[in-house]
Amino acid sequence: MDELLQEFIAETRESLEAIAGEVVAWEADPADRARLDAIFRFVHTVKGSCGFLDLPRVGRLAHAAEDALAAVRAGERVPDPALVNAVLAIVDRIGAIVAAIDAGAALEALGEEALIAALDPAYQGEKGIVPAQPATIQRGQSRSIRLSVDLLDRMMNGVSEMVLVRNELAHRLAESGDQAFEGALDRLSHTVAELQDAVTRTRMQTVDALFSALPRVVRDTAAELGKQVTLTIDGGDVELDREMIELLRDPLVHMVRNALDHGIETPAERRAAGKRDIGRLAVSAHQSGNRIIVEIADDGRGVDTERLVAGIVSRDPMRDAELRALSPQQRLELMFEAGVSSRDIATATSGRGVGMDVVRTNVEQIGGSIALLNRPGQGLTVSIEVPLTLAILSAVVVEGGGQTFALPRQAVHEIVATAAGATRIDRIGDGRIVTIRDRRLPLIALDEVLGLPVRDPALLAVLEVPGGSYALGVDTVIDTEEVVVKPASPAVMRAGVYAGMTLPDSGHPMLLLDAAGLAEVSGLRFSRIDRVEEEAPPAAVEEAGIEALLFEDIDGRRRAIPLAAISRIEPLPAASVHQAAGQHWLSSGGAPIRLVSAVALRAPADGWSALRLPEELGGAAYPVREPIDIVRLPTDIAPAAAPLAGVALIEGEAIELIDPLALGAMPAAPRLCLLHGAEAGWMEIFLKPAIEAAGYRVVRQLAPGEMAEVALAMDGEEEAGVETGRLLRLGRTPADPLYRYDRAAVVAALEEAA
Amino acid sequence: MSARELHLVGRLGGRGVLFPATQVRRVVDIADIVPVPHAAPAVRGLAALRSRVVTVIDSWRVLDLPSPPPGRHRAVTTAVDGHVYAVLVDDLEDAEPVEVVPLPPGTALGESWAAIATGSAVRDGEPLLAIDLARLIARVG
Repeated sequence: MDELLQEFIAETRESLEAIAGEVVAWEADPADRARLDAIFRFVHTVKGSCGFLDLPRVGRLAHAAEDALAAVRAGERVPDPALVNAVLAIVDRIGAIVAAIDAGAALEALGEEALIAALDPAYQGEKGIVPAQPATIQRGQSRSIRLSVDLLDRMMNGVSEMVLVRNELAHRLAESGDQAFEGALDRLSHTVAELQDAVTRTRMQTVDALFSALPRVVRDTAAELGKQVTLTIDGGDVELDREMIELLRDPLVHMVRNALDHGIETPAERRAAGKRDIGRLAVSAHQSGNRIIVEIADDGRGVDTERLVAGIVSRDPMRDAELRALSPQQRLELMFEAGVSSRDIATATSGRGVGMDVVRTNVEQIGGSIALLNRPGQGLTVSIEVPLTLAILSAVVVEGGGQTFALPRQAVHEIVATAAGATRIDRIGDGRIVTIRDRRLPLIALDEVLGLPVRDPALLAVLEVPGGSYALGVDTVIDTEEVVVKPASPAVMRAGVYAGMTLPDSGHPMLLLDAAGLAEVSGLRFSRIDRVEEEAPPAAVEEAGIEALLFEDIDGRRRAIPLAAISRIEPLPAASVHQAAGQHWLSSGGAPIRLVSAVALRAPADGWSALRLPEELGGAAYPVREPIDIVRLPTDIAPAAAPLAGVALIEGEAIELIDPLALGAMPAAPRLCLLHGAEAGWMEIFLKPAIEAAGYRVVRQLAPGEMAEVALAMDGEEEAGVETGRLLRLGRTPADPLYRYDRAAVVAALEEAA
Repeated sequence: MSARELHLVGRLGGRGVLFPATQVRRVVDIADIVPVPHAAPAVRGLAALRSRVVTVIDSWRVLDLPSPPPGRHRAVTTAVDGHVYAVLVDDLEDAEPVEVVPLPPGTALGESWAAIATGSAVRDGEPLLAIDLARLIARVG
């Protein structure tokens, strides 16, 4: 809200400066229609913003002036000097109040009623006299300025260019062997990095900028369609690159409209379906690593895939057999086909605007993905996932077929050596399948896909793409690097396997691979649905009282937990849970997450879900067999011992209510493992998943005061300054005591060190 | 079409060609080219010019002519829709103002050449074909 207020102040101030001239001109010639219109627009805009920002005083003034000016515009009133004076006095007063808000000072509301009264044609006060000038307010120290977006873009481009020049310089210096400029170059690198960070942040905006328009869109669309909808917005404070926000604006509005138009039913239909009259629409944003996920979830009728297929077949009967053979999820994907209008997706009202294919293309163009979760009769959840920023990317540099390529770090789940014996590769048809720790993945070789000289892959990069994972065989992994991604020309993009290009320190251009494109070109087909997170049931806001999630706990009993204590619900694959140090841990890409429960924990069965608790409550995960429903808690709750908050009677059944604070208070943070030295980046890629699975939190740098239980370093590397309980040294050859590719031995050594 | 406009005079596939100076950013020599596997054959690869990465176009492939072996080649750079391309040529001579006129009626250029030619001019008795670089790049496929 602060940001919006600042914007309002800045805008109003600018408009006041701009219309100062109009005011004078109008005073000179009250019949001048153009001046009148300009002033009308100003008070009208101010009035609109005030309602939104809850500034009733300014709003009342602006509203009164707008009414009077509207009467003049309609020809119902002649603009006499008394009216001109009264309007100008109000414009002045608005300026004074805005200045006071900005300065954080209070301005007495003295005489504002008189200012409004003076607009009345029947006003009997001192005609022709301008009401007292507003008290002089010291202009607030403006903490923000408005910059044109072009300027920010130029700054960003300049910094990106600077990074490249720095890289080239570093490369040349390294080639010449001249050490004289090393210090200066380091300083330059440091400064450029800071600048890059600062400029990146100037481009960040909260998602609120995107969400703030939604209440109005929902209200208008719902009214137009005769539907009732409650909108819940969550995560508006998540920050995102400004450019991303702009690019997401249209897809988001489109999705929201679609949900209202085709998803949520009319009150009568809802009643008939046993639902509440008022539909729910939940729009939320959350950050996961360097991706942002925006979810639009409705509790409407979902997508009728039969109808979708029938619609396409009616236009193109040749496809009948092909479409009939599709799975329900594949049929759902048909929504994204070009030319499929939303009329096929639902019923009556006409499809409007762009099709889903355009939405998907737009989202994919910015490196994002879009996924659908359809629950026929119960609603549709659309997840749009986009990277935080466009320009700078953490990349893994790999070599295949004698050429180096960059892979987005985000897409690389882990890297496994084929020689370590932990993998098994089988031919299946014309394809290959690799088995890594009981997980079977399709395997493609980078050199083969690209038509380069083929060798047996030495390393497999497990890549995650929308809807699934696959292994990409490469020859070597060189390192990880922050790269400035430049868009590649259409001639290059048409290859279908690249996401862009970059110029690293080496001075040789490098292509950035597109994990999804490689899969596509190789004929791997993933359903985009499999991976979608289970939707957190949308929270209702229209009634007072505490809402709780009713779920079936892992011991089969039904329990409830306050809804506010859950940040989201996600699937809990059995394979992602490990036991270490007497606790259960969930590893899902980032640091391991502790599992907590009101009952004794055990290894999960398939189909369980995890209730993720917010960071304030320790960020732990509560495993459940199944989330059941959102219930409203009665006011009478019988007390019970921790971790229970009490027992509540819900639908005639005594339900234990979990106290989230008691769960969060449960002991122990994960142990810390420090990756030390120049090869820390390598270790992060190769070993991090395994170390995390062993119950450690993995860092490359200790926070002040932190001490690692274990540190890993390469043989012969400095250990100065390593604050650690124990140091494990990794060897470079299989003959060494702890060979770095021998993951099992490394994990065993870690267990021993604990 | 009667005004004399500045053009770069060069050779491509052994033929005399003209590039309008307004389309050409620089004349460069390109040696190090990073290939772009899986792209169209006429995409020779990427090259770094100072801190800028350009897409190198194998003009001979665009015109269905045999490509010369890898090595150092002369190129003109041009920008299309914000992307910079280096278009390889046999050689470039100099820049001079010439008057480009429509081709003599009935001239058969062949499909590839016809798609990128805008007209011709005569210099020292030799006819030169005026080439539109944007159209040449659009033919890369």
